[in-house]
Amino acid sequence: MLGFGGQTALNCGVKLDELGILKKYGIKVLGTQVTGIRATEDRQLFKDSMIACNVPVLKSSTVYNFEEAKKVAKDIGYPVIARVAYTLGGKGGGVAHNEIELHEIVTRGLNASLVGQVLIEEYIGHWKQIEYEVMADYTGNNVIICNMENVLSMRVHTGDNIVVAPSQTLDNYEYQMLRSAALRAAKHVGIVGECNVQFALDPYSDKYVAIEMNPRLSRSSALASKATGYPIAYMAAKIVMGHTLPELVNRITKTTTACFEPSLDYIVCKHPRWDFSKFELANRNLGPTMKSVGEVMGVGRCFEESLQKAIRMLEIGNDGLVANRNSDKKYDIEEIENKLQKSDDLVLYYVAEALRQGMSVEQIYKLSAIDPWFIEKIDNIVKTEKRLKESTLDNKLLREAKELGFSDKQIGRLVGKDDLDIRKIRKDAGIIPVVKRIDTLAAEWPAKTNYLYLTYGGKVNDFEVTSNSQKIAVLGAGPYRIGSSVEFDWGTVNMVWGLKENGVKEVSVINCNPETVSTDYDICDRLYFEELTLERVLDVADFEKLDGVVTAVGGQTANNLTPKLAQNGIKIIGTSFEDIDRAENRSTFSKVLDDLNIRQPPWQAFSSLVDAKKFATKVGYPVLVRPSYVLSGAAMKVVWSESQLKKYLAEATNVSPDYPVVITKFMLNSLEAEVDGVGDGENVVIGAVIEHIEGAGVHSGDSMMCIPPWTLNNKVIDTILDYAKKVAIAFKIKGPFNLQFLINQDQVYVIELNIRASRSMPFVSKFVRMNLINLAARAVLGKPLPLVAKDRWRKIPHYGIKVPQFSFMQLDGADIILGVEMQSTGEAACFGESFYDALAKGLTSVGYSLPKEGSVLISAGGSENKEKLLQTALLLKGLGYKLLATEHTAEFLSDKRIGDVDVVYKISEPQRKPNIADLLYERKIDFIINVPSTSTLEKYVGMLYDEYQIRRKAVELGIPVLITTELADSFAKTLEWLKHNETTKKPLESYENVG
Amino acid sequence: MQRVSRIPTIKAKHANKFGMLILEDGTIFEGMGFGYSTIAFGEAVFNTGMTGYVEALTDPSYSGQILTLTYPLVGNYGVPDPMAKDADGIRKNFESEMIQARGLVVHELSMTASHWNMAMTLDEWLYNEKIPGISGIDTRELTIKLRTGGVMMAALVVSDTIIDVQEIKKKLVSAKKYNDEEFMNTVSVKEPQTFGMGPESIVVIDTGVKNSILRNVRSLGYQVIKVPWNYSLEKILSYHPKGIIFSNGPGDPIKCVQTMKTAKDVIEKNIPTLGICLGAQILGLAGGANTYKLKYGHRGQNKSCIDLDNNQVYVTSQNHGYCIDPESLKNTDFKLWFTNTDDNTVEGIKHKQKKIIAVQFHPEASPGPFDCMFIFEELKKLIGEDNAKR
Repeated sequence: MLGFGGQTALNCGVKLDELGILKKYGIKVLGTQVTGIRATEDRQLFKDSMIACNVPVLKSSTVYNFEEAKKVAKDIGYPVIARVAYTLGGKGGGVAHNEIELHEIVTRGLNASLVGQVLIEEYIGHWKQIEYEVMADYTGNNVIICNMENVLSMRVHTGDNIVVAPSQTLDNYEYQMLRSAALRAAKHVGIVGECNVQFALDPYSDKYVAIEMNPRLSRSSALASKATGYPIAYMAAKIVMGHTLPELVNRITKTTTACFEPSLDYIVCKHPRWDFSKFELANRNLGPTMKSVGEVMGVGRCFEESLQKAIRMLEIGNDGLVANRNSDKKYDIEEIENKLQKSDDLVLYYVAEALRQGMSVEQIYKLSAIDPWFIEKIDNIVKTEKRLKESTLDNKLLREAKELGFSDKQIGRLVGKDDLDIRKIRKDAGIIPVVKRIDTLAAEWPAKTNYLYLTYGGKVNDFEVTSNSQKIAVLGAGPYRIGSSVEFDWGTVNMVWGLKENGVKEVSVINCNPETVSTDYDICDRLYFEELTLERVLDVADFEKLDGVVTAVGGQTANNLTPKLAQNGIKIIGTSFEDIDRAENRSTFSKVLDDLNIRQPPWQAFSSLVDAKKFATKVGYPVLVRPSYVLSGAAMKVVWSESQLKKYLAEATNVSPDYPVVITKFMLNSLEAEVDGVGDGENVVIGAVIEHIEGAGVHSGDSMMCIPPWTLNNKVIDTILDYAKKVAIAFKIKGPFNLQFLINQDQVYVIELNIRASRSMPFVSKFVRMNLINLAARAVLGKPLPLVAKDRWRKIPHYGIKVPQFSFMQLDGADIILGVEMQSTGEAACFGESFYDALAKGLTSVGYSLPKEGSVLISAGGSENKEKLLQTALLLKGLGYKLLATEHTAEFLSDKRIGDVDVVYKISEPQRKPNIADLLYERKIDFIINVPSTSTLEKYVGMLYDEYQIRRKAVELGIPVLITTELADSFAKTLEWLKHNETTKKPLESYENVG
Repeated sequence: MQRVSRIPTIKAKHANKFGMLILEDGTIFEGMGFGYSTIAFGEAVFNTGMTGYVEALTDPSYSGQILTLTYPLVGNYGVPDPMAKDADGIRKNFESEMIQARGLVVHELSMTASHWNMAMTLDEWLYNEKIPGISGIDTRELTIKLRTGGVMMAALVVSDTIIDVQEIKKKLVSAKKYNDEEFMNTVSVKEPQTFGMGPESIVVIDTGVKNSILRNVRSLGYQVIKVPWNYSLEKILSYHPKGIIFSNGPGDPIKCVQTMKTAKDVIEKNIPTLGICLGAQILGLAGGANTYKLKYGHRGQNKSCIDLDNNQVYVTSQNHGYCIDPESLKNTDFKLWFTNTDDNTVEGIKHKQKKIIAVQFHPEASPGPFDCMFIFEELKKLIGEDNAKR
């Protein structure tokens, strides 16, 4: 089955076919055949297929080098768009307005493409971008599950677009015309299972073209599943195994057929989540390359409601499209015009501002290519904002604002009241949301499944919760973002299952991420596809009459809600709010550690700039600035100077206005380790002790991690275990926790306690074959944990290594140097018989090629790093790799009598040859060790711009760059290991029952 | 740099009135009235299609009914030019000459419409055609009510002044029931009409025919002759048609006694014939089957029907309240052709010996998916077989 694992699986399957492996072992491909996959993935074949089934395509041509590209672009006329064959998420493509830009994009694209192929085509940015999700079986039955319209037209990649389902601006003829074309296309290329077809539709006629097809489950099909309630992947799996569509049953009604087309009686709005602020230098403009890291889906009965809900779901600190916390900034009209033309992540806010300043809908359309219908709807929001600000709040206005998706916070801000006051006013007036079902067929048949959303666009609930049994809601983690990804979805789902196993009668989930399993309506008793905001969780609690909520598995999102929920009378199931608060409050936390005689680095809560400066001078720079109740280093910074201190303190205070900012001594040259465990208040189950491979300072989410620890001695490990137990008991932890340590000269310091599921918990659980969240479900319900030996993990005769996955390629301009801000967007965990076995698999999984021979470029800043790299260089030399180095590094290596090292010159000195830029483009460098000076001060003042250029170019060309001495060392040793060994291949074993 | 020009955008003019929908069972929905200020009585029904309000409202099968759309956002793309006609003189954008439904019920009327092909907004069109509309009610609540209680009579009031509920309720009690209404004299043509040229022709018996049926017949290459619902076979045969279509239309099929007589004669003479919707029911009745009224009908664009000859499933557009009783088919010369995969109701029948086929769904789509247009080709095949014989 190739169509279920995204582009990675698809590419893998095509490769297996090409290599003849499928044939050799007689392996059948289920569902769409490889010829069909090729007909959609290869640009020219795609075009030919579409023409053959009477579906129009754009004028375009496939090229294999820049000269060809130049000629084609001239024929078509600029601007043109370059699309790259066989890559993920439109990776490497771009719009070229002239020959210079074309050169840049085509060269990058040719390198990113697995087949060295780029398509040059006419640019149709202002056309509507419409998608259809097709299901088809082996016998020729096919249906459309959902169509979707991209609000930001063809200009922006659908992954980065704000998308509504169903389409809003198409009339019946256009809808059906594209629907038929999608079915024709799917049939022609032989789709069996699911596929997505993208069209561009002229906004001034019914002219259209097919843009692309994905012959697999995709982000769009996940969205379509959640948008309609039709479980596309489940049905596709049945279909590829030979079932026909009509014999399958609609999983929602349980009586009607699956061979139908869902009808919606609501509108969904998908909004991407970008994390540009984590990347210095990254370009925020949206275009044909996808840059977002996650998404949310707002469900409402009107566009305004679903959009404003979606914005809140993003958790970027905004309470809707207007009336936000920091929305006082004024823009001049020229700036707005410019922003509307360019479409960055804030484009809809600029549309609102343009309307506020009186720009016409027509003018906004001309600049932004956003259909007037959507602009008019945004205007409704802007007008209501004005009314709220200027008139007195009566029930009619309050109700209208709620119907347009205004939150109590927005309304409160506009009328000068607290959000909880607004809540009281509206509840007294009977203005409360209703609960509606998502049932795939607009209430035409009775639906048994409880897939729910809340809306003000209705008068009655679809049903009432009447039972008296125990009711618990588990809060999910919201959108995927840097620092919070599928691991918390795993946590949410396992918590739900664990609660059910332990006898809780009715478990509901509140979450809003369409990419997750926790938002599958069949994993829990009631699914609320809803915002994770205080207001909405309280609404759900009122409707459900909840006994309590679990906030320990939803990452930062749920964690942040804990205090407010507790203050509003909601029972937190698990560790008590008071104990969580004692841990999050740095003073009380510190006091407890002191009482337990546990070391911690010097710290101080921020009170005034003068005090902060004094503290920093006393302990010495660098210092770490971080707000409390914040995960994944949002606004966490290592600060090297007084001027920086001032800047980042301001930023951190802004991120966490409700909680104090803490300044901690940053200990250079330390090791980092952590423990994942579960407590029941008296007893502790240790998952494992994990050691980071990179030194302290690299964010724990970006660091490679290893179980068991690979360098820590037994005494240190015993201390860590001892501390973990003491801390868990001191804070009466009932549920999951994660404790982080610094090890400096064999001294163990506690740096952070998180009383909730951590990012590493699924990794640890899989390694020790013990489901920590399942145990946590018992603990949160107040049941005792089984006795598990604290060294259980040490007896597992394997190594487990977790490796981060970065997406720098997609982020134009972003630097790849790691720091305390987390930047990775995913991870891979691999297990092996030895450290290098596991590491070799891990590195391969995240896309490093492990060359058997070739050249390595070494460039290190600071003598300390150069020293550290000496052994690595020697090893590589010994293994037969050719060493290239920049001037200073080469000089250092020669001094150490390492032998042949070729000197190469900086990108900024193109006249000096051999130049790194040329070597990179000519593929004469196989991998790069580039470690910037540890006194990272230089990074911020831009002195190392040259090194940045090396890293950036390498990333764009897909050449591995090793940026820490530890990584370089392990990489070299892995290469050595691979000279004599092969990686093991074994299936993952299932969880063991620990009693 | 880019050719971005203008998309026509028009604001609602006939909205913000008082509006109320009162059901036979006493339920009252208050909302915003739009369109024309008047009172309409009719059978409240719902349609689950997500586009196609222009096509639906002009479909004569909705005569006598107050149409509720379950998709909440309506009027987004406005209304195209009502007068535009194609080369054969058939209205290009409409299914008939005017709005056929008695009233329109939506969750939200788009207060601004925009589309390149738009001539006016939905409220303006309703106003021009003297039809009331209501917006801002919980259409899901209404739909669930109609699903569980069955379709029922309702009054839709749009007014510039406050509405007197008791008075409307009184009027609703005495309003003529949908089941008792005679529709044929209002929906059918009085005199035959001819569309296009062609060496051969097909007669369409107009019991409230949709223009898309005419268009589809035209695209098969035949001249179309639309005749009144009560035309005898003798009169029909004076046109020497190659085939006959019994069209869709409103109301209870047993009221179309004269059409049924024609149908009996057509079966007798074995003339290539296609029945659509009401036409299918009439052919069924003529062949000896029975019909009955569904609790809340089938109205939407996502209805899948299975072709029992080859097990292929098609997504169809439907709009019917009555249906052929499958049990009663056993005593006739008709066999089942299509059934509804959701509730197994009859969706198509075929005569065992004669060249007579009929479908309950709408192969002409409009609104809805184009997947079943091949049904017209089936008629052409029957005509071909017939020609070969002679």
